Formats: sequence, C-alpha cells, structure tokens
Amino acid sequence: MFQTAFSLNDLWFMAQGAGWTLLITAIAMVGGTVLGLVFGVTRAVLPGWTTLPLGFFLDIFRSVPLLIQLILANSFIPILGFRASPFAVSCIVLALYTSSYCSEIVRGGVQAVPQTTRRAARSLGMTWWQDMTEIVYPMALRVMLPSWIGLTLGVMKDTALVGWIGVIELLKSSQILITRMQNEPLFILIIAGVIYFLISFPISRLGARLESRFREND
Amino acid sequence: MIEIENVKKSFGSLTVLDGVSLSVNTGEVVSIIGGSGSGKSTLLMCINGLEAIQGGRILVDGVEVHAAGTDLNKLRQKIGIVFQQWNAFPHLTVLENVTLAPRKVLKMSRAEADAIAVRQLEHVGLGDKLKAFPGKLSGGQQQRMAIARALAMSPKYMLFDEVTSALDPQLVGEVLDTMRLLAKEGMTMIVVTHEMGFAREVSDRVAFFKSGKIHEIGSPQQIFESPQTPETRAFLNSVL
Repeated sequence: MFQTAFSLNDLWFMAQGAGWTLLITAIAMVGGTVLGLVFGVTRAVLPGWTTLPLGFFLDIFRSVPLLIQLILANSFIPILGFRASPFAVSCIVLALYTSSYCSEIVRGGVQAVPQTTRRAARSLGMTWWQDMTEIVYPMALRVMLPSWIGLTLGVMKDTALVGWIGVIELLKSSQILITRMQNEPLFILIIAGVIYFLISFPISRLGARLESRFREND
Repeated sequence: MIEIENVKKSFGSLTVLDGVSLSVNTGEVVSIIGGSGSGKSTLLMCINGLEAIQGGRILVDGVEVHAAGTDLNKLRQKIGIVFQQWNAFPHLTVLENVTLAPRKVLKMSRAEADAIAVRQLEHVGLGDKLKAFPGKLSGGQQQRMAIARALAMSPKYMLFDEVTSALDPQLVGEVLDTMRLLAKEGMTMIVVTHEMGFAREVSDRVAFFKSGKIHEIGSPQQIFESPQTPETRAFLNSVL
C-alpha cells in the first residue's frame, strides 16, 4: 500500500511556490516583451551598423547561461550599492533575458511584413507611425505569436533557476520538501511536474487557439 | 496637372530613368508601354515620392514632389496608386482595407468612411464582399479592392502599375472594366500596362518607353497604326 508523509500543508507550500513562479514569469514576460518590442523595432528599422552595440548587449543575455546571470546580478547589485531582494533581481534579470529573445522575435516579425504592403500604406498618405501601428504591428503579430508563446513557456520553466538565489518558487519549494522528507523525492518531483504542466498547458492551448483564429482569415 | 521635367533616376550605377519629360493634363489618360526594365514602373513610384530622383523635377498641381519642404503624406492623398501586386492588408476585412486611410489620414468618422467605402466597393463590383478577408478573394477581386481603396481617398490622379500582370488571364477583364469605367468618368490616369488593346481603346496618349526614356509618344492611332521609329515598331510587333 502506498504511504506518504506528504500532507495537504505541503501541497499548499508548493502551491505558494507555484504562485511565485507565475508572478515572476508574468513580470518577466511583461517587462521583456515591452523591452523586446522597443529593441526589436529599433533593430528592424535602423541601419544594421547603428544597432551593433544594442545587438551585442542582447547577445550577452542570450549567450550567457541564465544561472550565471542570476548569480552575478545578485552579487554585483549589492556591491554597486543598490539594495534589491532576490525576487527583484530575478524579475530584472529574467526580463532582460526575455527581452533579448523577444527582440529577435519582433525583429523577424517586422521584417516579415512585405515592403510592398508598407509601400501601399504609405502611398495612401499614411505616416510612418500609422504604417507601423496599423499595418506592420498587426501583421507582424501573426508571425510572432507562436514564437512568443514558446518563449513564455520557456521563461516559465527557466524561473526554476531563481531558486538558486533564494526565491522559493515551485522547484525550490519541492526541493525543501524533498530535503525534509528524504525518502520521497520522486513523488514530490512528480507533483511539481504536474503543477508545471497545469500552468503550461492552458498557455499553449490559448496560443494554438489564437493561431487558428488568425489562420481563418488568411 | 502632372509635369515631369527631365527626370533622372538610377539605382547605383544602373540608370533607370534617363531624362524623362511628360505632362499629363487633368482628365487625360496616358498609357505607358514598353519592355520590362524600361523604367515605366519606377516613374510612377517617383511621381508620388515613393522613390527619390537624382535629377530633374516632378510637379503635381505645381507642388514639387521631391522638394525638401513638400509634405509627401499630404501630396499622396491626391495621387492614388495601384500596384501589380495588389498589396491587400491581410489582417483587415475588405471594408476595413478601404476605410483605413480615410479614417486615419483624412480623420473621417467610421460612419462617413464606411459610406464612402461601400460606395467605392459597389462601384468596383465588390458590394457583396464587405466582410470578407482579402485571403478569401480572387486576385482580380483583390485588385479591384485595391482600386477602391485608392479611390476612397478621392484622389485627383490615379496611377496604375501593371495592375493586370499578376492576374490569371480570365480575371484581367474585370479589372480592365473597372479602369475603363474610371476613364469614362474623367479620372486623370497614368497607366503602365502590357494590355495593348486597353491602351489603344482608353488612352488619350500612349508613350513608348525604352532604356529609361520616352522613345515615342502620340495618340493611340499614331503609336499603334503608324509608329514613327523602328524600335516602337519592333516592340509592337513583338507584343501584338
């Protein structure tokens, strides 16, 4: 007979961890998307050489493992004289990390809008800004959405790393329980996995639904 | 009136327009014919300032298109252009495609813009497709929508850039009919075309382009029946 020391209280503890996972994901995605839009459009519309420094900066965030970024930021921010909780550090680092990927998605999306379509918009007397907001963004959005949903799911799982700098998110809360109960690590990890899945699944379904809605019009 | 004076245009070392001069009077229909790469389409892009020029000047109602202080967005409101690739806005319905510029550029209310758009779309025979998305239309229908979209801005001039070249043969007729109608209504038009029958029937003047220049220009009768130069004759023989 299956017996476990795992209690409802423990499940509640993990649920709280999941809450932090969700909150950090949401903040990282909002911040990363806003920054990614700005960076991505900048890189799409300005001549290549003018955005080299920006591209280099974003490459750093994409190339260095997130765990290293988190630990370095968590150490250097206090050294530089700023006070930031591990939670704040996590949000900042993840938002920048997200923005580096998001900017590429945005750049690709903007560049996927045919020049001829943009010419047609301008030929009607629309300004550059009207062209961007009325034509380029809505058209690019359809191209960007699948990758953006993928990025969201990726970032959500990447939040597991912020446990290293002391944020008790879902994985860290599981590890704490494992340490306490010793002999049930697999059972607890399965529960954690199920919770991750329950968070991811609706996001990916929502993405698939939006995609098929867009496709109906094409 | 559109006045093109000794316009020169090149892409890098490639000269595309090599001193083109042409005046188009209000109410006139001028067709431009000629081989591919002779600079016909580029000239249209220059007229509404989508392309820069390297010499000469273009005046639309006395306003110099490429002068530094010219408000191109304003100027373009009176020059409608329809492209070879119809360039529908795929995320908007047919009606929204047509109302977008009147609403955003002319600041019309939705009701005003809708009324104009419906009228123009009925005009080009798309009154029953208002709620459809462009992806659901045939090429000919999308091209007629593009014409309605340009007309909704109440332009004084219409430029047509090989608008039937990308269409299946059986769809060419419906687009040409729409353009015939416009010509009959007195629209000032510059039509770059490979449809010689259409050019002959609708134009007041026909210009034959070769190597970035107007090689010969005259009435349709003159160009098609008694071309003055061997080049014009050779071109017409090759396409007729």
